[in-house]
Amino acid sequence: MAALGSACLIIGLMTALYAAGASLYGARSGRRQFVVSGRRAIYCLAGLLVVAMVVLETAFLRSDFSFALVAQGSSTDTPTFYKASAMWATQQGSLMLWVFLLSILSSAALFVTRHRHRDIAPYAAAVLAAVGAFFLFLMIAYENPFATLSPVPPEGAGLNPLLRHPAMMIHPPLLYTGYVGFSIPFAFAIGALITRRTDADWIRSTRRFALLAWTFLGTGILLGALWSYAELGWGGYWAWDPVENASLMPWLTGTAFLHSIMVQEKRGMLKLWNVSLIIATFVLALLGTFLVRSGILDSIHAFGASTLGTPFLIFIVVVIGGSTALVLSRRRELRSEARLDSLLSREAFFLLNNLVLVAICAVIFWGTFFPLISEAVTGTESSVGPPFFNAVTTPLAIALVLLAGIGPVLAWRRVTPAGLRRAALFPAAATLATLVALLAFTRARDSVPALVMFCLVAFVLAVVGQEFWRGTAARRIATGESRPRALGQLVLRNRRRYGGFLAHAGIALLFLGVAASSAFIDQRDVRLSPGGARGGDANTATYRGGTASLGGDDAGTGAAISLGAVLDVRKGEQRFVLRPSRNYYRTADPSKGPIGRFFEGEATSEVDLRWGLRRDLWTAIQPDVATLTKAVQRLDRDPRIANAGPAQQLRAIAALAEIYRRDPPPAQFRALVSPLVVWIWVGGAVVLMGALIALWPAPEARMRRVSSLHGARLGRELSGA
Amino acid sequence: MDPSRKRKLRLVVALSAAVLLGAALVYTSFSSATEASTPSDVLRSGEPGRSYELTGKVAKGSVEREGDELRFRVRDRDGTTSVPVEYAGVVPDPFREGREVIVSGGLDGGKFVAERDSLVTKCPSKFTKDKDGGGAER
Repeated sequence: MAALGSACLIIGLMTALYAAGASLYGARSGRRQFVVSGRRAIYCLAGLLVVAMVVLETAFLRSDFSFALVAQGSSTDTPTFYKASAMWATQQGSLMLWVFLLSILSSAALFVTRHRHRDIAPYAAAVLAAVGAFFLFLMIAYENPFATLSPVPPEGAGLNPLLRHPAMMIHPPLLYTGYVGFSIPFAFAIGALITRRTDADWIRSTRRFALLAWTFLGTGILLGALWSYAELGWGGYWAWDPVENASLMPWLTGTAFLHSIMVQEKRGMLKLWNVSLIIATFVLALLGTFLVRSGILDSIHAFGASTLGTPFLIFIVVVIGGSTALVLSRRRELRSEARLDSLLSREAFFLLNNLVLVAICAVIFWGTFFPLISEAVTGTESSVGPPFFNAVTTPLAIALVLLAGIGPVLAWRRVTPAGLRRAALFPAAATLATLVALLAFTRARDSVPALVMFCLVAFVLAVVGQEFWRGTAARRIATGESRPRALGQLVLRNRRRYGGFLAHAGIALLFLGVAASSAFIDQRDVRLSPGGARGGDANTATYRGGTASLGGDDAGTGAAISLGAVLDVRKGEQRFVLRPSRNYYRTADPSKGPIGRFFEGEATSEVDLRWGLRRDLWTAIQPDVATLTKAVQRLDRDPRIANAGPAQQLRAIAALAEIYRRDPPPAQFRALVSPLVVWIWVGGAVVLMGALIALWPAPEARMRRVSSLHGARLGRELSGA
Repeated sequence: MDPSRKRKLRLVVALSAAVLLGAALVYTSFSSATEASTPSDVLRSGEPGRSYELTGKVAKGSVEREGDELRFRVRDRDGTTSVPVEYAGVVPDPFREGREVIVSGGLDGGKFVAERDSLVTKCPSKFTKDKDGGGAER
């Protein structure tokens, strides 16, 4: 079967090269049949990669360890759900996923545009095919996912237990769909540049793909944050780790792109800016895919150790160099058709919002690559940590939320003072009221940035609320519909506009959660003995006793043992129980004894948290297994245990667990009271909803398409007659 | 002012603002950056009382727990020089022998005494095995 997979990749590479060549030749010579053939070659590539995916996925599900990838990333005792998704935990598997998604999305984009853009589309197809060919070449030459092992190992290494979380399993495909999705508008932008068709046509036909990519990328990032918060034992959702930053950067430039293309569609301005943004977004998506894994961020010197680094760097340089040269040679076509009328206009604020987004991206880029920069400049490797990122992004984030509130109330071209007053009066009053209430009733004044952010969140919500309210009221007057119906119709008929407003409200809610939880989090790390209690007057946690279970952790991640604690929590009048625990996974390392293997392997925290709209209570435990060490060592030395079957070894483990449960030693706890943190996820869901509304094809557009097809047919028939 | 001069002025103002902000960014990053020191750096030039950010790999077979305290050795990323570390506080999940860690603290009598809760492991997203034979993730 592995041979079939490898064959798919090799034929796929040839197909992709053919698709690129045929599309280019067809476009240059004007022979349409080659263009059509090139496009069909891309459909064919998608088919081949579906087969390759099925082969690889089947191998994972069947635990076929003759595949090196399966032996490395899965095992027979890995739960089925995680077997199915273990593929993208490996470098080769994620390459496979990337190129698979690319072929599917490229086929979809080329299919949708097959009757339009006769000039741009062939070049876009050639670009997409070339990107696909590069990835296929990487896999064939360096990281073949279909490499085989001989002799076939009896058991695999297993999926890293830290990754055994549902969010972690859908997170990579979402993220990759986002990364890959941006290659569609990129390819069409390049096509538009080559053919000098720099009007907004390429934007109109790929806007939906850009929005789709943006939605997937954002959801993926948020799920990653949720995983970090609910699964990792440190309690944060964002650590400014290079991996996280790499995914955030294309999202930021993508957000800027989605805003600035509206200016080009409406006013024919910012053409140069838009093509630059989409090129930057695509390059950052490429960086996000690989540079993090290439090891270069650890040190310049680690770069050579990675197999992918060099070809990848060459590819990025080619993409940047080629695109820049193309943009420069087309600068005449990229001139604006109009000038900015006034600084107080929607387009000016779009530009401002773009600058802020790009500035955030730039500082994150700087901070992420700082170790390399400092190593190159000063010779010693130094790094900037979360304090740096927090300090530089906070003012920019505040500016961003402010602009998210101001932008929608401004008119295109020029704002009249009367219009401004009408639009800003209620939101300004709401903001002021929020400020007064916060100062009077809460301790929000302890953190000025958080206080400012809270007020701006109120401002954005008021603006969005007012837009919905006025739109509904206007519609009711015009049509006499009932209020809910008018609201529904309003949104349905202006999906892009109201979807966008909803996304703004969601982002505001998200920042509410971020600001509150980062400024007012209460974190305690305590060591408690059984019976011990810790806490203030309002909240106390009492360590009631130990827990121990075998082979049955709650989340079904396949842990052999989990040890934990029962905490009785009193929060004001409320009383409840939290059960944080820690999972221990068996290691395959033979140097550890038959019993020691169960304790010396990977261990992960099973966080227990109580969600709340006002605050989350989050706990994690690190049990002290040192008390068991002596017993473990004695058992490991015992020849009877070493020769015993798995059943008897399990019985010994059960006895050890029982010792722990009855008489647990003091344990290290981390407890967090994190206010309003749940609004991050709520806000994310609202953004997602807004994006979906904006993505859904509008009924009028469908209608237009149908009638234009009808018109075209009529025209043909008439001319034939 | 005529419109073209106004535009030029605007551009100059915007560009100088960008340059200023950029300079501020460079300055803050270099001043807030912490220098990462390898175990051999610390052993060679380590002055007692100075604070370091020690980075390297957890040496194999060196992890011991004693009550609240965790003892291990950190070795150079590509070398064998190692320094003993005494640490108390929260241990991140991915902490294992062979993994790359960062911990802040200072030298005290040949030992690296770490600040509480300062232990950080590099992100677990690098799932692939070590190629230099560290055997971290086996």
